[in-house]
Amino acid sequence: MGEKPILSLQGITVAFDGERVLQNLNLNIRDGEFVTLLGPSGCGKTTTLRIVGGFVRPDEGDVFFDGKKITDLPPHKREVNTIFQKYALFPHLNVYENVAFGMRVHKKSEKEIRRTVHEMLEMVSLTGFERRSVHRLSGGQQQRVAIARALANDPKVLLLDEPLGALDLKLRKDMQVELKKIQQATGITFIFVTHDQEEALSMSDTVVVMDKGVIRQIGTPQDIYNEPKNAFVADFIGESNILDGVMHEDFLCEFAGRRFPCVDDGFAAHERVDVVIRPEDIDVVAPSADTLTGTVTNVTFKGVHYEIIVDVKGFKWMIQSTDYQEVGAEIGLRIRPDDIHIMKKSEYSGMFGDYSTFSDEMEEDMAAAEEAEKQE
Amino acid sequence: MKKAVSRVYMALVFLFLYAPILVLVVFSFNDTDTKSRTVWSGFSLRWYEMLFEDRMLLEALRNTLIIAVCAAVGATVLGTVAAVGIHSMKSWRRKLVMNITNLPMLNPEIVTGVSLMLLMVFVANLFGVTLGIVSIILAHITFCLPYVILSILPKLGQMDPHLYEAAQDLGCTPVRSFFKVVLPEILSGVVTGMVMAFTLSLDDFIISYFCSGTTQTLPVFIYSMTKKRVSPEINALSTLLFAVILVLLLIINIRQGKMGKKAAKEANV
Repeated sequence: MGEKPILSLQGITVAFDGERVLQNLNLNIRDGEFVTLLGPSGCGKTTTLRIVGGFVRPDEGDVFFDGKKITDLPPHKREVNTIFQKYALFPHLNVYENVAFGMRVHKKSEKEIRRTVHEMLEMVSLTGFERRSVHRLSGGQQQRVAIARALANDPKVLLLDEPLGALDLKLRKDMQVELKKIQQATGITFIFVTHDQEEALSMSDTVVVMDKGVIRQIGTPQDIYNEPKNAFVADFIGESNILDGVMHEDFLCEFAGRRFPCVDDGFAAHERVDVVIRPEDIDVVAPSADTLTGTVTNVTFKGVHYEIIVDVKGFKWMIQSTDYQEVGAEIGLRIRPDDIHIMKKSEYSGMFGDYSTFSDEMEEDMAAAEEAEKQE
Repeated sequence: MKKAVSRVYMALVFLFLYAPILVLVVFSFNDTDTKSRTVWSGFSLRWYEMLFEDRMLLEALRNTLIIAVCAAVGATVLGTVAAVGIHSMKSWRRKLVMNITNLPMLNPEIVTGVSLMLLMVFVANLFGVTLGIVSIILAHITFCLPYVILSILPKLGQMDPHLYEAAQDLGCTPVRSFFKVVLPEILSGVVTGMVMAFTLSLDDFIISYFCSGTTQTLPVFIYSMTKKRVSPEINALSTLLFAVILVLLLIINIRQGKMGKKAAKEANV
């Protein structure tokens, strides 16, 4: 992985019909990196990708590729290729011609085309499908043709716009592994857009969390998960209990009416902060004077674990535990110092991390709404 | 029982719809010297023979074909470009332009004819030329244009909008992307539009009548024939015209598949 950025977005601002989509976005991407732009729909991640592809011209700011300014370069002159959300395979061409498309445009020799197409199809395990019409391929196969078509052009950077969104869960997992393998084998820089946090965490070298056209955090998957910068990131990347707290001194914080030793420092004395505790970090113990004590209000079986909602003095905590708890039972919550993560107050404080309104129906409802939005 | 009744009903509908044309077709083969159109006196192809010996008529036919081909090609090229433009417009501008485009279809043909004639005469005077085949072609392109646009727009709507971008992404210039990817996708709509324009141009009378000057097209020629004397020759000619239009209409309908109903309605306007 080189240290010099292959791609650099500097001060990018974009508005559509007067509505700000991206605000002063700065992003450097190193050669060979697998970068994921992660965020809810409408956060500007796809627009960012389209700026790199050349399909959207920023109102302000510049794009640099290998140190050269490419802000005004049209898409066909850029050394990047895109895998579109619905693959955008050419329906009037068969698999072979789809993969060969870019090379034919660039007037490569017929011999070279044949060799490369063969190589590409072998890489995505579609050998033997050359003459197949793209209509007669499954979603996963179409996806792989799209990958082969983009890679056949030998791009320096590959842009992937929610490429796995249309696949079912099992296939999506397989494709995640396959994509990661292809990325490592080819050494091409991948910029991957998704709203699926798990996908982002499992595939990327670097995750860029975006919301409302602003980058909220850039870091490795571990950083993003363990050290979220604000309540939005904490909530978006996995489940989080986020509480209002006070940092009394270094390594000592207070929340839920108790003082806890923690591992964070560098805050002002008695600074008000947001406290994040991941549901899987909390241990369920017998209630005692040393623990937080609460009543179980809801238990949902999730396969690997139970999702337990516990009411502690009016604040609903979520706990993920492999042990079943009876609804109505009194239980103690044990929180160790390194389970506690302290964040500075932000515009998102108080918006996330309380499970009092949480229910499965609501989550399903939101998933359905998101689905409908995507189909538009 | 119910099925039988509905079938008889359908048969009657078609009988009344096509009876006049059927009579026309039958009498185009009538062998008569009195030139009577109502007395059957045996089968013959003499009127068809006469038809193809009529120099005036053949010239009118030639004009009509030249006009129809030019108008169809002209309207298709302009219409394709227009459809792509309209398709990329945002909502309210698109609605506005579509309404302006559709207006000539709803406008009474005679109004279109007269207004086109006035414009043509004005322009012709300006350049010191007279009305003729060129003015008819221009007029036909004008009134065929909305039909072409309407047959292409749905195809553009069905197309994945990312295809055009994907082609550019892979190295095509915007123009090349259009020809390599967009055109093959909308080709069926383009061909349908062209056949439709050809059909409309072929059987147009009113607009040609006003814009023709001294040039005769087939429908105009038939009209002038009926003014002089009514000959079974007209039956033969009309039968041929009917056959050509029928074939073209069938092509359109088969091509359009789902859109068939709408297109047939428009083609019959």
